[in-house]
Amino acid sequence: MLETATNVRELSFGDAIKEAIAEEMRRDPSVILMGEDVAEAGTTFKVLTGLVDEFGKDRIIDTPISEAGFSGLGVGAAMAGLRPIVDIMFGDFLTIIMDQMVNQAAKIHYMSGGKWKVPMVFRLTMGATRRSAAQHSQSLHAWPSHIPGLKVVVPSTPYDAKGLFKAAVRDDNPVVIFEHKISYRKVKGPVPEDDYIVPLGVADVKRKGRDITIIATSSMVQTALAGAHLLEGVGIDAEVVDPRTMWPLDEETLINSVKKTSRCIIMDEGYGRYGVAGELAATVAERAFYDLDAPVTRLCAMHVPIPFSPSLEDTTVPNERDVVALAQKLCKRT
Amino acid sequence: MTPPPAANPASKKTSADAAIGRDRLIHMYRQMVAIRLFEERVNDLYTRALMPGLAHLYIGEEAIACGICEVLRRDDYITSTHRGHGHCLAKGASPDRMFAELLGKEAGYCKGKGGSMHIADPDTGNLGANAIVGGSAGIATGAAFAAKYLKTGQVAVCFFGEGALGQGLLYEELNLAQLWKLPVIFVCENNGYNEYTHFSESTAGDVPARAAAFGMAHETIDGQNVRDVYTAATTLIDRARRGEGPAFLQCITYRYHGHHVGDIARAYYRPKTEEQEWVTERDPITLHGEWLMANGVADRAALDAIQAELITQMDAAVEFAINSPYPDASKVTQDIYA
Repeated sequence: MLETATNVRELSFGDAIKEAIAEEMRRDPSVILMGEDVAEAGTTFKVLTGLVDEFGKDRIIDTPISEAGFSGLGVGAAMAGLRPIVDIMFGDFLTIIMDQMVNQAAKIHYMSGGKWKVPMVFRLTMGATRRSAAQHSQSLHAWPSHIPGLKVVVPSTPYDAKGLFKAAVRDDNPVVIFEHKISYRKVKGPVPEDDYIVPLGVADVKRKGRDITIIATSSMVQTALAGAHLLEGVGIDAEVVDPRTMWPLDEETLINSVKKTSRCIIMDEGYGRYGVAGELAATVAERAFYDLDAPVTRLCAMHVPIPFSPSLEDTTVPNERDVVALAQKLCKRT
Repeated sequence: MTPPPAANPASKKTSADAAIGRDRLIHMYRQMVAIRLFEERVNDLYTRALMPGLAHLYIGEEAIACGICEVLRRDDYITSTHRGHGHCLAKGASPDRMFAELLGKEAGYCKGKGGSMHIADPDTGNLGANAIVGGSAGIATGAAFAAKYLKTGQVAVCFFGEGALGQGLLYEELNLAQLWKLPVIFVCENNGYNEYTHFSESTAGDVPARAAAFGMAHETIDGQNVRDVYTAATTLIDRARRGEGPAFLQCITYRYHGHHVGDIARAYYRPKTEEQEWVTERDPITLHGEWLMANGVADRAALDAIQAELITQMDAAVEFAINSPYPDASKVTQDIYA
């Protein structure tokens, strides 16, 4: 736990991920990383800069622009004794690797009656407001969350990112990590130098409160915390809960919080329709309905292709003012 | 598709044939007959409504799986297709657990969770049959990548039908395999038909030219001649094992039955005369059997004895599968995660 750790420094979200990968590669020679421009270039986001100097080009492997091709190669390599980390750069390219992830990686353990394992990590990014327009800005973490056989990780802090990433590498299943690309530099926080993991399937209460629960994922955790801070000014004490993994899902922590506060907002940067927020809202409604004093309400990205122009794009993602307005409405304290 | 020119069944041994050795020549015959008998029983089980799902028979194509797997080590990898029973058996799977899987029984290779199109078996290096056409090209290439990385000396063979030539993934894997000199052999079983469509209606250009474009070693052979398959496979697999890179092997063959067992009225996509020509002139088991006899490797009595022994074994395997229990419904949620 962070509270008891020694050798804690402040790291950026991106550096925490790099540290996780480096530590796991030092620990286990079967861990490799492959993707487009991951070696000398250190990825297009410069998150992996320097790793190739330590581990060489045999383990930090530049691939052709062939996302489906090297994802499939990663599946086979995982079955045959390696622990590949497959770097997909933009989460939007999920569309290109879907067959290898969904029909192959996710199903092989089950289809083989438990005989073959696929211990691999798919790294993807998510998040808008980078002026990258409709094909480089989506948050598609709902898609793999729909598929049995996959685990899906959406870290929001540097501490969680390092610990969850290390847990993902050690997991014997295909794990899909969505890293919020705006967070790489913008989000900083305390990270121990020590070897630690954050287990997959354990939610974290990021802020304690008694009036309303905000269940938030990835980038929306920071927005929820900013909103909660503003809500203090109007006398609303918000609790912010981060599930940290979409699957496995720690329902108990979410439900316990909602039972305590009796109100619930779900915040997610993915699309609201048929998405992660809908699933979380249904979970709360099914298990905490009689403890609720207001409808469970979603706050998600607008249901539009992400536009390019800043004046348009910025309207598509929920912000802390949206949190305040919605919480006031649900708590009837306007 | 025009059959390849018929080899004279009584043709004398070539030096390549002589290098194969008597035991292997007979073992390949045995394996081909085993697959034929297995598939005939699949056809029977399916038409008697004892087998759920779909059944894609390998009958007519046996020489390819047998010639190639004869060269492979037990720990070498294969990936297979929806038409995969032959590959699994040739790689060493046992018929009783194969039948059990086909019938959805607990004793099956995948505890009844995979079925005909997903048989997988780590003990024989079988990474799994795949029901996505071309879908296993990445898995085979990745296994070859791991073998090279871990310096195990293993190779991987990716079996696929000519229908996969329309899938983009295959070309990404050809590129990666050649770029990184991976020990993987891409075996294109060209039986002439993408489901119910002649491959000339779906495939532009020349098939081996695809491999050539990547600078990959390639060969096109008569897939009905098990000795030719074995010899070509030996060259390409040894080469891959030495670290000299991947290869593409096109085997010209024919699917005697329909795309699946239910595909009976086929005249709209291929003439009966064509089917008969392959069955009577180009059958891999008949051709190899006649060659074995003509060259004094085995006599008719020996070949008949092999067949009789295998019939007994296959019938017992079917019995085993029929009498095996289905998995308990409570098992449905097991094995989703490792």
